[in-house]
Amino acid sequence: MQPKTTPEVSGMGHSMKRKEDPRFIRGKGNYVDDIQLPGMLYMAIVRSPYAHAKIKSIKTDKALKIPGVLAVITGETLAKYNLHWMPTLMSDTQMVLPTEKVMYQSQEVAAVIATSRYLAADGVEAVEVDYEPLPVLVDPFKAIAPGAPVLRTDKKDKKDNRIFHWEVGDRTATDKAFADADVVVKQDMYIPRIHVASIETCGCIADFDRVNGKLTVYMTTQAPHAIRTVFALVAGHVGLSEERIRIVSPDIGGGFGGKVPVYPGYVIATAASVVIGKPVKWIEHRMENLQADSFARDYHIHVELAAKKDGTMVALRSKTLADHGYADAAANPSKFPAGLFSICTGSYDLKSAFAEVDGVYTNKPPGGIAYRCSFRVTEAVHLIERITDRLAQELKMDPAQLRLKNFIPPEKFPYKSALGWEYDSGNYAGALKLAMERIGYTALRKEQAEKRAKGELMGIGISSFTEIVGAGPSKHFDILGIKMFDSCEIRIHPTGKAIARFGTKSQGQGHETTYAQIIAEELGIPAAHVQVEEGDTDTAPYGLGTYASRSTPTAGAAGAIAARKIRDKAKKIAAYLLEVSPEDLVWETGKFSVKGSPGRAKTIQEIAFAAYTNHPPGMEAGLEAVDYYDPPNLTFPFGSYICVVDIDRGTGAVKIRRFVAVDDCGNIINPMIVDGQIHGGLTMGMAPALLEEISYDENGNVQGGSFMDYLLPTAMETPKWETDKTVTPSPHHPFGAKGVGESATVGAPPAIVNAVVDALSHLGVTHIDIPMTPEKVWRLLKEKGVAE
Amino acid sequence: MIPAAFDYHAPKTLAEAVALLREFKDSAKVLSGGQSLLPLLKLRLGQAGHLVDIGRIPGLEYIKEEGGMLRIGGRTREAALERSEVIRQRYPILLDTAQVIADPVVRNMATVGGNLAHGDPGNDHPATMIALGAQVVATGPSGERVIPIDSFFVGLFTTSLKPDEIVTEIRIPVPPARSGGAYVKLERKVGDYATAAAAAQVTLAASGAIERVGLALTNVGPTPVRAAAAEKLLTGKKPDAAALAEAGKAVAQACSPTEDRRGKQDYKREMARVLAQRALKKAVQRAGGN
Amino acid sequence: MAMHSIKVMVNGTEHQATVESRLLLVHFLREDLRLTGTHIGCDTTHCGACTVLLDGQPVKSCTVLAVQADGRQVATVEGLEKDGKLDPIQEGFMQEHGLQCGYCTPGMMMTSSALLEKNKNPSETEIREAISGNLCRCTGYVNIVKAVQYAAGKLR
Repeated sequence: MQPKTTPEVSGMGHSMKRKEDPRFIRGKGNYVDDIQLPGMLYMAIVRSPYAHAKIKSIKTDKALKIPGVLAVITGETLAKYNLHWMPTLMSDTQMVLPTEKVMYQSQEVAAVIATSRYLAADGVEAVEVDYEPLPVLVDPFKAIAPGAPVLRTDKKDKKDNRIFHWEVGDRTATDKAFADADVVVKQDMYIPRIHVASIETCGCIADFDRVNGKLTVYMTTQAPHAIRTVFALVAGHVGLSEERIRIVSPDIGGGFGGKVPVYPGYVIATAASVVIGKPVKWIEHRMENLQADSFARDYHIHVELAAKKDGTMVALRSKTLADHGYADAAANPSKFPAGLFSICTGSYDLKSAFAEVDGVYTNKPPGGIAYRCSFRVTEAVHLIERITDRLAQELKMDPAQLRLKNFIPPEKFPYKSALGWEYDSGNYAGALKLAMERIGYTALRKEQAEKRAKGELMGIGISSFTEIVGAGPSKHFDILGIKMFDSCEIRIHPTGKAIARFGTKSQGQGHETTYAQIIAEELGIPAAHVQVEEGDTDTAPYGLGTYASRSTPTAGAAGAIAARKIRDKAKKIAAYLLEVSPEDLVWETGKFSVKGSPGRAKTIQEIAFAAYTNHPPGMEAGLEAVDYYDPPNLTFPFGSYICVVDIDRGTGAVKIRRFVAVDDCGNIINPMIVDGQIHGGLTMGMAPALLEEISYDENGNVQGGSFMDYLLPTAMETPKWETDKTVTPSPHHPFGAKGVGESATVGAPPAIVNAVVDALSHLGVTHIDIPMTPEKVWRLLKEKGVAE
Repeated sequence: MIPAAFDYHAPKTLAEAVALLREFKDSAKVLSGGQSLLPLLKLRLGQAGHLVDIGRIPGLEYIKEEGGMLRIGGRTREAALERSEVIRQRYPILLDTAQVIADPVVRNMATVGGNLAHGDPGNDHPATMIALGAQVVATGPSGERVIPIDSFFVGLFTTSLKPDEIVTEIRIPVPPARSGGAYVKLERKVGDYATAAAAAQVTLAASGAIERVGLALTNVGPTPVRAAAAEKLLTGKKPDAAALAEAGKAVAQACSPTEDRRGKQDYKREMARVLAQRALKKAVQRAGGN
Repeated sequence: MAMHSIKVMVNGTEHQATVESRLLLVHFLREDLRLTGTHIGCDTTHCGACTVLLDGQPVKSCTVLAVQADGRQVATVEGLEKDGKLDPIQEGFMQEHGLQCGYCTPGMMMTSSALLEKNKNPSETEIREAISGNLCRCTGYVNIVKAVQYAAGKLR
């Protein structure tokens, strides 16, 4: 898409270099742990070695004897203020600090406050906790079985470990379609727990100013306003009032959904600061981060796909067990306990479908939503793209041909899916065909046949996903009751420069640049002259934050609409200055000119100056606008990814030889930034497919709780990603854009699995669960008699 | 993340260092590269009341061939091995090994002596040194003691070093003509310990048969494992596919790996077998064989 | 618990301090010297966010004691820009979009600048190998490689 503005203005479509970079490349970023306040104390957390245990006693005298250790906070301390339990974003409850028992390994048990980081660490070692271990329940199937011991004994009248049952679709019609179908393929798949592991861990500095009664919390959060409101609701009874709570989200070193929930550490640090009257800093260690804060996935899926023998898909049904740990602390929109899982009909024109998800408690950390998943879309896409390949294998059809046969065709958009979504736009065949061309699909199939004859294992895997992002329309979307609009406030200064504040919060997505480009496109003010701010709840308009790829669809839209409101006022000012009526004016980027008299014009800068020095009588001075944007629908980015793998028959190691990603996110603000999001997203799609997993033994001991065993890919494991685009604008978005940040993490894993299964399909292999470790693959090779 | 408190000493001479180790006995630990010790202390898994930093002592970092031996100073950094022309040209097995220890940044601090002295069967140099038939020179209160590599590794995290001894040199006999070696490591990602790894050093006779072979494995037992039975099977034989396969089977049997996230025991045994065969093949190629 | 007097040259300026034996170099830099550009990302010496140059070689400053740096030279990200002029590696990261959240970036740049000191024209593979001790979660490494190639081009 050719940009409409000059490079000087740098509106949509320009690969403008980022405005946030100058501070980062100088090491002058301002991350939470960089901030030091006078008198600041340090907090470190004592954590449980047991997955389930009664707390018989907590002895703090040894810790308090260490000079510099000022306090040890326990559940008893917080219980005095009724802060020992807190609500989760899904309206469940979780402990801040326990008074009776711990429910997962590494759970917070007590917090040490000291004058230095090092003394706080010493204090933690000196706290003595006496535990009485209890039986551990980590198998979700056992936990949901009738008669299982009840874990949430804190919930009166709870007789089981069920959290929710959610279903969508027409069960009867779907079952009938299955009964009538020529072919049915079935698959069980487990998508294990993983962790975002942003390079910056979570943390905060809670600073309660006793004189002004104001609480400021510098926090690693993707959603500062939501946090502020939650704090006001949770701690209102101890005197914290929303106008005197300020959440500041400074520079954030990666979020990916892991910095959305309210973690106990934040609440404890706040309580400590309120009680002591000094700033209290808490920064997680990596092991705490991996072992205690929000995990992602942990879905046990059973899926079935019914089709005609010519490959036409007719129906889809699935049943899923969702292991949420001991509390549902996921950050889904409240009406969607399984997130947007119902996108699982994917890119295919399925006439009927039914999906059900059951959530269950276990002795594991709480959570569920994170890791670039778009609210469970990673799980949904894994389901549909895997079962589609299963069907192809069953019918002995080429998986690309099967997909092309079943794609929702462009003329059917907007498309109402069998599970209730209205997809805004799509051109699935276009994306897949481009991907096939880019990777040289036909030649690769030929090569595969030749290699197979020699006993070499090579596979090609496709994933043609539809994403669903931009939560969301107020009709259906809220978090704890707060609707999921987002916002932008723009103020133009007399000299034609601007400041724009948004309700979202970038953690690396480049909003300081892209939002400026949106405004530049609308107003013709150079993006370099638009200062973008986010993250300070004292100044930014209310928003729900940045996650689930929602920023461009919601806040970006708000920016465009606010800019248009400004343009409307600017038009009136221009008309006044030019002594014509507004209808006589035409707009071209950056100026209004008189129809037929292009020489008579006023630039936006001249208009801005006039707004303060010579505004029309009867009109307010100034040139600013606010917009709270309630999206009419979600947006549906999509893509086709093709992966080529080679498998080492001696070790089972999978090597990605090539990976082509064709993405469509509608109109693109900054192509360079979009590509960056795709590269990063693909890497976070490959990692769960091949390397990453958090698991528990039968005693609830975590495996993969440090970077020793939780394996983040380095530059050596990561292939050179190849990217391309198609552009199918969103018809309802103010500038035709869709979200994109998570597409690659959603689309990539099944492409890689499909490639590995494809490499082994001639041996009768039909599925492998991720992560596809060398050992797992090797066992299949051994079983099939082809291990070296 | 934060170690418990300890005392720190930076002696300027070996004698001083040894005296400090003597004085503080079991409470003292040698700080060489620190890339194994400091991570342990940071996780508060190890205990040390005193760290004796040998980083200020001159004359402990060198790589030179002298008197029929390749001599490597105990404090020589892994990165120095990677940069050394001598190693690249004449001891590529050592380059193979150094290149897969941890990651390139860690290798700027990590030392060869430390890699051996830590006694971790997951470390990479031990198997290579066994294959090369190396000697470890330890300096203590009574001066230098030469420890043959086969007596050096005693148990899990235990070497035959005394608490008041420091590894000051590693000696490797200069291999005769028609020799070659290779180290092949299976790791889940760069920076990981080996799922299994094999070090092979061979000398070929004029006929092409194996005259001498050293074969050892990493991380498949509580200590590095010399595959002695496999070595015996190979000696005197032509290194063809059948011989390598037979040796491979013996390698698998020589292992006693622990099950962990890298794999169950049977997988690790099989990987030791596959990697040993690959290392042997490469060693033979480098020795001028097929 | 002994205290030690140390003199460390950081980015060309000598700093004198009295520190605990156990003080990690990364904390000395960040907290005592307030050079917060060097970051902490893990507790097992894997991530490399803490990478600085010690006597010209990249090291993970979370796994070096401050006392070990006594009498030695440390270079951090803050020292890359000289007299208001960006180092080519900094230019490269900005021109090629080699950073997103910026958290791994200082460590990446220190490792890369050391690479370019000894290898003026590294291949893609050599670059990937050199940065394999530095983890990035945001970029997928593609543009980091391009950033280093850009800097190499500028330096030649």
